[in-house]
Amino acid sequence: MTDLFSSRHIGTDADAQSTMLERLGYASVDALVEAAVPASIHVDAFRADSESVLPAAASERAALAELSALARRNRVNRAMIGLGYYDTITPAVIKRNVLENPSWYTAYTPYQPEISQGRLEALINFQTMVADLTGLDMANASMLDEGTAVVEGMLLARRASKSRSNRFIVDTDAFPQTTALLVNRAEAVGIELVFLDLANTARDAAELTDAFGIFVQYPGSSGKVWNPASVIAAAKEGGAVAVVAADLLALTLITSPGELGADVAVGTSQRFGVPLGFGGPHAGYLAVRKGLERQLPGRLVGVSQDATGHPAYRLTLQTREQHIRREKATSNICTAQVLLAVMAGMYAVYHGPRGLRAIAQSVHAGAGVVSSALRASGVEVLSESYFDTLEVRVSDAGETVRLAHERGILLRTVDQTTVALSLDEASAEDLSGRLLGELLEVFAPGVPAPASVDSDAVPLDFRAFPDDLARRSAYLTHPTFNTHHSETAMMRYLKYLADKDYALDRGMIPLGSCTMKLNAATEMEAVTWPEISNIHPFAPESDVEGYLEIITQLETWLADVTGYDSVSLQPNAGSQGELAGLLAIRGYHRSRGDLERTVCLIPQSAHGTNAASAVLAGMKVVVVACDELGNVDLADLRAKVEEHAADLAALMITYPSTHGVYEHEVVAITQAVHDAGGQVYVDGANLNALLGYARFGDFGGDVSHLNLHKTFCIPHGGGGPGVGPVAAKSHLAPFLPGHPLAQRAEHPLRSGSESGSDVATVVHGGGPVSAAPYGSPSILPISWAYVRMMGAEGLKQATGAAVLAANYIASRLREYYPVLYSGDNGLVAHECILDLRPLTEATGVTVDDVAKRLIDYGFHSPTMSFPVAGTLMVEPTESEDLPEIERFIAAMIAIKGEATAVAAGTWPADDNPLRGAPHTAESVIVGEWEHAYTREQAVYPLPSLVRNKYWPPVRRIDQAWGDRNLFCACPPPEAFA
Amino acid sequence: MAAPQELQYTAEHEWILVEGDTATVGITAYAAEKLGDVVFVELPAVGTDVAEGKVVGEIESTKSVGELFAPVNGTVVEVNDDVVASPELVNSDPFGAGWLIKVTIPGAIEGLLSYDEYAALIGE
Repeated sequence: MTDLFSSRHIGTDADAQSTMLERLGYASVDALVEAAVPASIHVDAFRADSESVLPAAASERAALAELSALARRNRVNRAMIGLGYYDTITPAVIKRNVLENPSWYTAYTPYQPEISQGRLEALINFQTMVADLTGLDMANASMLDEGTAVVEGMLLARRASKSRSNRFIVDTDAFPQTTALLVNRAEAVGIELVFLDLANTARDAAELTDAFGIFVQYPGSSGKVWNPASVIAAAKEGGAVAVVAADLLALTLITSPGELGADVAVGTSQRFGVPLGFGGPHAGYLAVRKGLERQLPGRLVGVSQDATGHPAYRLTLQTREQHIRREKATSNICTAQVLLAVMAGMYAVYHGPRGLRAIAQSVHAGAGVVSSALRASGVEVLSESYFDTLEVRVSDAGETVRLAHERGILLRTVDQTTVALSLDEASAEDLSGRLLGELLEVFAPGVPAPASVDSDAVPLDFRAFPDDLARRSAYLTHPTFNTHHSETAMMRYLKYLADKDYALDRGMIPLGSCTMKLNAATEMEAVTWPEISNIHPFAPESDVEGYLEIITQLETWLADVTGYDSVSLQPNAGSQGELAGLLAIRGYHRSRGDLERTVCLIPQSAHGTNAASAVLAGMKVVVVACDELGNVDLADLRAKVEEHAADLAALMITYPSTHGVYEHEVVAITQAVHDAGGQVYVDGANLNALLGYARFGDFGGDVSHLNLHKTFCIPHGGGGPGVGPVAAKSHLAPFLPGHPLAQRAEHPLRSGSESGSDVATVVHGGGPVSAAPYGSPSILPISWAYVRMMGAEGLKQATGAAVLAANYIASRLREYYPVLYSGDNGLVAHECILDLRPLTEATGVTVDDVAKRLIDYGFHSPTMSFPVAGTLMVEPTESEDLPEIERFIAAMIAIKGEATAVAAGTWPADDNPLRGAPHTAESVIVGEWEHAYTREQAVYPLPSLVRNKYWPPVRRIDQAWGDRNLFCACPPPEAFA
Repeated sequence: MAAPQELQYTAEHEWILVEGDTATVGITAYAAEKLGDVVFVELPAVGTDVAEGKVVGEIESTKSVGELFAPVNGTVVEVNDDVVASPELVNSDPFGAGWLIKVTIPGAIEGLLSYDEYAALIGE
């Protein structure tokens, strides 16, 4: 046994692998993978191992020491910059029991609701919290960040508005990063933005009535709190849909957007206990008034009932998702920010309405204390009506900001003579300490502190905004928000919920296309280090040297392993990486005057998000057929390429394919597109089948997105966060996403091998796709640590082990379930599709029955009906050991036996362990047992389950009932009686 | 309501019953079965002018979203509010209580499929 981390990360050891290889008839893992991956794309043909820039694998201890040294190069200063990012006090009970708890962070998106009731309840708490605070009827769970939520609000307004106008009005007092995102995204889809200073726009202004939507920042970027009701009403008279970005903490004190006439409210829940993390991840939100609920992008949790009529949670309106609507999709939002939404929701549960209001009041009063102290010292405070942010007149803003920085305080430059500062939960608490004195020394150096400066002097009912905006409506009245206020109660509530769910800490989650591999504890360590978590996204460059170095290294490593030249880590989900990549292609064509190149070819088999992203990048989708083996139909591709020779922008292809096969003809495919002047986008969702053996950039890819939450170990968090970096060849690099507030515009550019160790850089000059310059930086140390501890050799071994495991399962289960697709030498890649359709035909047992029955056997189902309806796609990943793989195989074989018994008439088609699955403890204990099968067969079909049983909390959930009876907030407690 | 044999059909799996200058439109049992449990139906407002082949509504199931195409040019004179309130009617009685819209038509309609032609299309 070596002490290499790779031997901890990879589940199968040498003995296990030789057993598996023997079954498959290969002498080594390398021999197996090289037989599966077409020879034409092997990385060896393109470069020698010695050219890899990855450092040799470090031990867990050494990697942490190195990471710690990098983290210490960040400076944790007091961030009063604001702009939607505020320091907050994460309750330790939430940090320890949610953020640092694998039961929460290793779960998958709750597509199997019966084994996800805990986080679905946590998410419905989040939705209830957002709906209550915004005064709207229904909220989703959740958006990627505030900036993208505003973009989604704009797109929602366009499709919901009856106005024929193409114009969207934007408040000039919006956050600068939000404005930059709107500009970038509106341009691609042909929306005209009209900027108005809405606080000073006359209600009868003609501009207000010729727009499909209007956007108000509330409170404004300047901190100003004003009443937008009449402006909103005027715009709505012209047919506009009103979108308001609102600060959730402020909404405990000021009138809600819903009460002011907003149709849509958006924003972030970051300041509800989620660390700054240099910009993310945080959960954005989007809420709508009644009538717009079917326009909601992203994921929505609703209440339905299970087979026995008990209330049960589930994702609702899923058919609206981009997967299914493809090029008709209206949004490409796929991943949510579940882990962070859970944290924010729990912050509200823990503090309750009174606690939240007290925090908000202390922040507000803190701003009042600072304002009166500054005024008493002769400083001109410009703000009259505010919640937490003040604008202050100074003689030289740069000098004031510099002075403050020297004292460890970060202020924001508004213009040459104006500085802004924002109070938050932590700084409000510290005002009574040294903070106030330090601020006075910065703004009024040499002036003795006035005697009246005393934070206790501000009355509890202090209010610095108009009386008519004081919030009078109630919020968070549900018992959930009024019960768990002691730490003991909170700890137990979190445990109670976590116990309902199936995550990687219970067993394998063999979800095809999701790569549910180990999220190692060492990789997770740095996420909650203060030098990583307590950094504002717009902190000065000198404060974030450690972060920039981590980012530079990770960008360099990711470019190296994918064969690209430059990487942007900004996209905070795979879908946003797709969008960024396609926008880079668009920017490239347009820079060459090829304005008409707008057609994006997408194979039938592609993930639906591809098409949705293409539409949002302003492209027209043309579908390319696939042959009966699931491969791109070359003849059809050539025909489509020829037909669109003049207007071809790109081909989007997934490699290995969504069918889990290494397409033999991939080089011919990319060549055909290049010959016609198109660019090749390779979707990196399946990179786990390729790393170390082949590189997208070598076989024709021009740009790709990667999913760090798949291949590079960022945990799925129960459905987010994700990170979807975009990697490109040098000709596209200048069009990768930039950011107006980025600390550094230059990114490493891999210089050709001939130029040796020269470090070249490139400016990413595209518009931003995320609110923060580097997306979700606080989770990047996870991927950094993974690559650092695996090294090039370890990454390659992981790929080999993943491919071996998938082929082993395919081989073992093939005689029970046909394996749908395979490539060279009859091999699959890192996943295999089990075709259940013949079984359904013969026995009536459906893919749903098998998926739910797997719960009784203690498993999370493989991916259902994607990419082919009526099938299961199995991806074991490299992290599962052989006993767990065998346990899965045994379960699948036993289930086949049960299905055969149904077909033989042993059990009726409508009363058998499959149709009855999953079985709760209650279902086999309460009342008379009246089924054709025994209670033991129901819950202990294999003897090993007696000592290791996962009990689902609900029985099979009625999907249709929930969609027909839409209810998306906490149900009343009587519902559970 | 008429028996399926007396209806006309489109390749988009809609049925049309012409009575005088009014055409009643619904989706076929085959389409309803393919969609699965219908959970939401969105129909155009009465008075809307519709054009043949254009999308005028949506039929959403737990599995997918199907589009309702106007099979003819005309004006919507009535929509089935019962099916909006109880979308499951599309599954339980697609040729009867699950009808969707009624459209006034200017004259004779051409290009529709007979029962036999539609049956052949869906392989029955």
